[in-house]
Amino acid sequence: MFCDICKKSEATVHLTQIVDNKMLKIDLCEACSKAKGIQEATGFSLADLHVGLGAADEITGDGGLKCPVCGFTQADFKKTGRLGCSTCWETFEQGLGTLLKAMHKSDRHVGKVPSKAAHTLVITQRIKELAGELEGAVRGEKYELAAQLRDQIRELESQLKNAALGPV
Amino acid sequence: MKIDELLNTPSDWIRTEGPNNKIVMTSRVRLARNLKNFSFPGWAKKPERQKALEVMRPVIEALPEMAQCFSDSMDNIQSLDKQILVERHMISREHAARNIGSGVVINDKGTICVMVNEEDHLRMQALKSGLQLKSVFKLIDRVDTELEEQLDFAFLPRLGYLTACPTNVGTGLRASAMVHLPAMVLSDQINQVVQAVNKLGLAVRGLYGEGTEALGNVFQVSNQTTLGEKELDVIERLNKVILQIIEHEENARCTLLEKRPRLIYDQVGRAYGVLSNAHTISSKEALNLLSLMRMGVDLELFPAQRRPVVDELFILVQPAHLQKAAARKLTAEERDVYRADLIRDRLKDVAKPAVAEPGAAADGPTEMV
Repeated sequence: MFCDICKKSEATVHLTQIVDNKMLKIDLCEACSKAKGIQEATGFSLADLHVGLGAADEITGDGGLKCPVCGFTQADFKKTGRLGCSTCWETFEQGLGTLLKAMHKSDRHVGKVPSKAAHTLVITQRIKELAGELEGAVRGEKYELAAQLRDQIRELESQLKNAALGPV
Repeated sequence: MKIDELLNTPSDWIRTEGPNNKIVMTSRVRLARNLKNFSFPGWAKKPERQKALEVMRPVIEALPEMAQCFSDSMDNIQSLDKQILVERHMISREHAARNIGSGVVINDKGTICVMVNEEDHLRMQALKSGLQLKSVFKLIDRVDTELEEQLDFAFLPRLGYLTACPTNVGTGLRASAMVHLPAMVLSDQINQVVQAVNKLGLAVRGLYGEGTEALGNVFQVSNQTTLGEKELDVIERLNKVILQIIEHEENARCTLLEKRPRLIYDQVGRAYGVLSNAHTISSKEALNLLSLMRMGVDLELFPAQRRPVVDELFILVQPAHLQKAAARKLTAEERDVYRADLIRDRLKDVAKPAVAEPGAAADGPTEMV
């Protein structure tokens, strides 16, 4: 078996990590494992190496998906370890999940939100609230109120459509 | 601003005067951002990259922080100048290799650098001397907020800022401190520290980042993850670890001075001896010896006013800086000669290390009479 990185020397270091009930494996030669700083498996994420190699088997699992916007395919990801455009993140989201969990603290963003996106989030939240009220109004047969609420929702929805980000 | 003006004025952070600057040379925070409606630079064809550059560059140049700035397309910058920008940690080695369709904007102080169409559409960094990660973060965060008013960044609420590589998605933030740890190397503690830091989910790398050697006992410590943790929490976590590293290095220095003063005096004295007398010297040897001299300044074996000389040499002895000073291309052998000449010249007024403490006397004569 040859080393996954240099593909020349015999692989003598075999690492396996279980992430999210899925197995990530890598086989390295002595020199490459040293170069990558692997002395012990703890504190070391195989996912990072996989990205470096572009050998994310997890992603290639569900048959050649292709990004509708930029034409990037799973095979391209395997080759480069990089994605093609922002829509690729949605196209390949499912396959990327395991990789992200292995690589990061969690698979959910908790940091900064651009003000435009924050605005969109607020509107989306407000639409949800209004929809609840609308349901109540219809149930209570308050049709005048319901009509007002419906207009408000339509107004907010058109704002969302015009906003750069679209509904979230 | 022309590139020579930028390169001839020493960047703010080279005159290392920030807090904890004995051990922490610089603090740096970079953010990765991408435009929503363009393919990532690595996948986009040349015309699309050029168009994205045309969209982004004027917006960056118009920032108040960039009132005085150097801004150019990578194909207009000579390869030697690009190399100097790499040696000053202003652009990445990867970015230096780029040409048409990529650009760079740097403020006059050299503290804010924005790479356009590197691996991501925008890689913006702020850089200051010493340990001041939080203020560096605030600086670049402000730039980011100003940019997002005019540019549509790719963002999903669940995944955060979208990047070309999954390792950067989320905050897109990489914070790092460049630390100088000669005593931990001398006392063989460095591997323990590297392993401990790795276990905390932080990375330790060499002088020029991923895959580079720790020349001159300088290491870069940075966060590894970008998803699932808030920006300021990452900064705070890294800051705590750096403070601990500083304490370990200081302890290692004290212990060495107390228990093996001769080792310290010998190492610093030899470094001084070779640097001020060599007629040919490689950049690796020069950096490793300058590291020992820098520690000598910290330990007051050299007067404190010598610190800037040593710190500047750290930058000036590197290949591109030497060739810029020589105003021509130099072969490796010529560089070694030129480097030795430069170092001898700069150190000609620096007296040999003062090791007249009582501990030194007990340890044996320091001067042959």
